[in-house]
Amino acid sequence: MSSSTTPAGNCATREREQKVAWEFLTVYWREMIRFVRFRTQLLSSLLQPALWMAFFGVAMSSNFNRFTSAIPVPAGVIPVDYLTFMAAGVIAMTTLFTSLFGGISLLFDKNWGLMREMLASPMPRTHIMLGVSLSGMTKSFIQVAIIMVFGLILGVRFFPGFSPARIAVSILGIFAFVGVFSLGFLLFSSTISMRLESPEGLQGIITLLTLPLFFVSNALYPIQAFPPLLQALSIYNPLTHLVSGVRYFALGSEFFAVGASYSFTPADVLLSFGYLVVFATVMYLLARRTFQKAVVT
Amino acid sequence: MGEGDIIEVQDLEHTFNGFVAVRGISFSVRRGEIFSFLGPNGAGKSTTINILTTLLPLQAGTVRVAGHDVAREPGRVREAIGIVFQDDVLDRDLTVWETMEFHGRLYSIPRDERKKRIDEMLRVVELDAKRNERTKNLSGGMKRRLQIARGLLTRPEVLFLDEPTQGLDPQTRMRMWDYIREVNAAGTTVFMTTHYMEEADMLSDRISIIDHGRIIVSGTPEELKNTLGEDVVYLETGDDAKARETLRGVGEIRSVTESPRGLSITISADGSHCLPRIVERVRGAGIDISSVNLKKPTMDDVFVYYTGRELRDEGA
Ligand SMILES: Nc1ncnc2c1ncn2[C@@H]1O[C@H](COP(=O)(O)OP(=O)(O)OP(=O)(O)O)[C@@H](O)[C@H]1O
Ligand SMILES: [Mg+2]
Repeated sequence: MSSSTTPAGNCATREREQKVAWEFLTVYWREMIRFVRFRTQLLSSLLQPALWMAFFGVAMSSNFNRFTSAIPVPAGVIPVDYLTFMAAGVIAMTTLFTSLFGGISLLFDKNWGLMREMLASPMPRTHIMLGVSLSGMTKSFIQVAIIMVFGLILGVRFFPGFSPARIAVSILGIFAFVGVFSLGFLLFSSTISMRLESPEGLQGIITLLTLPLFFVSNALYPIQAFPPLLQALSIYNPLTHLVSGVRYFALGSEFFAVGASYSFTPADVLLSFGYLVVFATVMYLLARRTFQKAVVT
Repeated sequence: MGEGDIIEVQDLEHTFNGFVAVRGISFSVRRGEIFSFLGPNGAGKSTTINILTTLLPLQAGTVRVAGHDVAREPGRVREAIGIVFQDDVLDRDLTVWETMEFHGRLYSIPRDERKKRIDEMLRVVELDAKRNERTKNLSGGMKRRLQIARGLLTRPEVLFLDEPTQGLDPQTRMRMWDYIREVNAAGTTVFMTTHYMEEADMLSDRISIIDHGRIIVSGTPEELKNTLGEDVVYLETGDDAKARETLRGVGEIRSVTESPRGLSITISADGSHCLPRIVERVRGAGIDISSVNLKKPTMDDVFVYYTGRELRDEGA
């Protein structure tokens, strides 16, 4: 694209961009229609987190609680059972999966020729990825809500002794972390989808990424038990920061779980959030570059 | 290029990884006309449309559509055009109405106006009874009609139609022609591609015949047919090559072309008077004639004449 526009041209461009600034909502609207319409996709995305909680969570928690019940809880610290500890991990993992797959609809759009309609329209190209990402974020929000409600039924004790006001703030905090994290990975997924030819390729990349992301994080067990190298790596893992944020809001700043003490200062939490914002921003810039250069015929 | 040109293309070239798909074409389309690109598979028709509609980047040459340069002001071009793609590009799981609504929103048509136009367009293409049907349940002709309705929803200055009747049955094809004429009569310039001779002939104000990425000849259907002279004689003989040799130098014969159907001989004078002499001459050379046919030129003949080969009709 040439940059040799006259001042008048610039003005006209700005005007047009303002006029169409909400067009990503159109893409969002279509994505949500698809989400509700594909019954199997809808059901599996709602059931999957519940099943993780029901089977993995309950099975592991009876194990872990047996091993760790012997470790004395330091005075003045709230002990947290494994199921509750892990629920934050399930929230994070579900968000990760859903977001990594979120770009796949772009790949189908591209392969079925549907994207040409959007690319040939006056809508700024960034709105395609914004609409798709926002719809992915919405799906993650729905899943997180399901996990929290279903967890309550299974015996997850989030928000111990919190006042209603603090619970409300905590829920907002959790959703803020989930939102930024999912946007980052959705934009990443969109970038990959735009550059790939086949859904199998995306599947491969996702599989390759999820295992290390998931296991080199604090989702299922404390980092403190990791070898130093993995500990260092886990600090750079966005998943670790999501899990920390969720635990801070769900369990409080000081608690004891799986044989380790946790304490978060507000500064830690802000830092984690900042890290996720930076991650999402980098992914946005990457995705924007990809979309502006995309040629789809 | 004249004042009334809505599409101006100069020396357009396009290469895919070393393969030259479009080799320096220039043409212009006047405001309000139906202009056709007629050419066989792989001629470069879709590639040209993709560049004109900003889907492919401009590599070489200049292209202006609706007064805007496609490379410098793609946004302006996009606002001014409508496209009906070659293959059915519809979201299978959206309904007819949702398909239109999505498109209208993409172009920021205000809500009330959008509703009005969607109702109107669905009536025009006779799909209002199907507005809540998912597009996957539409017939081929309905899908094509829906795409035309969608392309027109934004009231474009130019409508691009890439092979609008490919794969449709003859009746539906004629209906599509009617729609295209109506759209054009209402003021929309139409740029279409086709590999159906008849379609180009019936619909177009002007035609460019394109092959191997080059425009071979342009003109009105009448002009193109007239360059071939009045009549064409088809001759099936025992030895086409020899017969062709024999006919060389006969006064009224403009050209002799071999095709799978036999020899086509274009004649500048009245064919019925030349026919006896042609037959005598071929017979005189000891060549058998198995069939003789005389007719007015068609676009098929024009194509054979200019490209030296038959355009295979791969449709339906
Ligand atoms: N993306 C691409 N990459 C490589 N080659 C391409 C690409 N798109 C088109 N081509 C080649 O460019 C040439 C012109 O293709 P184009 O699609 O423009 O033909 P067409 O005239 O539209 O033919 P048809 O009647 O079959 O639609 C063909 O040889 C085709 O193989
Ligand atoms: Mg084509």
